[in-house]
Amino acid sequence: MQLGRVARYVLGAVTAVVIAMIYLPLGVVFLNSISASESMSWPPPGFTLEWWGRALHSEGALQALGTSVLVAIAASAIALVLGTLAAMALSRYRFYGKETVNLLIVLPIALPGIVTGIALNNAFRTIVGVQLGVWTLIVAHATFCIVTVYNNAFARLNASGTRLEEASQDLGAGLFTTFRLVTFPHLKSALLAGGLLAFALSFDEIIVTTFTAGPGVTTLPLWILQNMFRPSQAPVVAVIAVILAVLSVVPLAIAQRLTAKDAAAVSR
Amino acid sequence: MTSPRVSAYLAPRRRLQLAGLLTAPVLWLGLVYVVALAALLVTAFWTVNELTGQVQIEWTTENVVEVLTEALYRTVTLRTLGIAVLVTVLDVLVAVPVAFFMAKIAGPRLRHLLVIAILAPLWASYLVKVYSWRALLSADGVIHWVLAPFGLDTPGYGIVGIVLTLSYLWLPYVIMPIYAGFDRVPDRLLEASADLGARGWSTLRSVVLPMIWPAVIAGSIFAFSLSLGDYITAGIVGGTTQMLGNLVYTNVGAANNLPLAAAISLIPIAIILVYLAAVRRTGALRSL
Repeated sequence: MQLGRVARYVLGAVTAVVIAMIYLPLGVVFLNSISASESMSWPPPGFTLEWWGRALHSEGALQALGTSVLVAIAASAIALVLGTLAAMALSRYRFYGKETVNLLIVLPIALPGIVTGIALNNAFRTIVGVQLGVWTLIVAHATFCIVTVYNNAFARLNASGTRLEEASQDLGAGLFTTFRLVTFPHLKSALLAGGLLAFALSFDEIIVTTFTAGPGVTTLPLWILQNMFRPSQAPVVAVIAVILAVLSVVPLAIAQRLTAKDAAAVSR
Repeated sequence: MTSPRVSAYLAPRRRLQLAGLLTAPVLWLGLVYVVALAALLVTAFWTVNELTGQVQIEWTTENVVEVLTEALYRTVTLRTLGIAVLVTVLDVLVAVPVAFFMAKIAGPRLRHLLVIAILAPLWASYLVKVYSWRALLSADGVIHWVLAPFGLDTPGYGIVGIVLTLSYLWLPYVIMPIYAGFDRVPDRLLEASADLGARGWSTLRSVVLPMIWPAVIAGSIFAFSLSLGDYITAGIVGGTTQMLGNLVYTNVGAANNLPLAAAISLIPIAIILVYLAAVRRTGALRSL
């Protein structure tokens, strides 16, 4: 595109500033995790590793981490199944009410989290009449995670077209064989990416979580919320955040690489 | 082995295949979600027993009338709407140039790094990000430290703090769909436009913008909807400023008046449904 050199540099500079702005607060959290000040005053008066030592021995935080991982894995698994089914239906078949199904999938994430939260809270407690617990939390998370899997799978299915599937069936393969040997291998990396996004979405969610988790169920965001305003715990919260931020880059990079490679192969 | 037989039976029956695929997801979303939303609507017309605090099935329009007529709710609705619109506009203004740079100017390696750089913070805890803004905005925080030499001060905790924090939180959600939108614009079209004599900016205006518009709308849905329902950010960096979500949360928790909370939550639902209906025809829902 015929863009002037100045325009290119300006856009590059804007991007650089925005990326810097995205990481500045996270950098501040990192510095707070090793700051000698407990109240996050700036600039840090000195540095210490005391909070890191405390965080690694914080039973509450480790337990919350376990709960979060369990909920996120269960919710992503449900979302993977339902999202893939929906994507297959909407990409491979024509039917009346397609737009409505599409809207249905998007709705849990398009409506404000607080609406989803209070609606599910009300449904679980007054309509179904169950106690809030881990299961209600998993059901709630799975509901808004479906859309991320669906989006990834739908985009991939549309991009790869139906020619290979038709060829497979012409050669005598049944529906399930075609799915296993042709559709699924194409879809795999998109599902991994969608699943990772769903995991992240669930892992980080706090608003629906505050409405649907039982009294004894503490996810990592809930733990952070409960400990945030305790002055002595604040730097420990920062430590946990830093660990999460670092750990998260690895699976995302893998997913990104997989999707990019496969998408290139599909469109060729 | 029954699988080949099932497969042979299903092969010519497209409707049955479709039913098999759709049943589970539609049942889940219908039973869990649509029923819950419908029930929420109904609960808004019930009442709470003043002695026991239990929800009572006694039909009344009291809650809805209260929400529609009391000045408190009108003020908070307008404030919340204003914040959500401001956040959305701010995010789109920042996201468009960044997404354009990523998709059309950066080389493949840099683009790959930028996508990771933008997606990675999504994994950092939402709460800690808000908390980090509490630290940034505080009286002896980074913003004060940077602005003090210029005679300025941190905006502190209030509406400005909420807008800044929410824009920060949702920016990656807005950048990614717009980036995908730019990525779908083939370079050939841009070259064709240039060959036909269009300069950079007129190509941008008459070729690129119409094509990425659905993606911009898709991104805006995230920022708008996520802002409308947020109450945690307002609680942490908003000082005494209340948003609709805070009113809902207080009525579910401390005040224990689920019907009134349900009535209040109808406001953001109505706003979002109007917004979704308005943008449906742009095809944005498909590029979410």
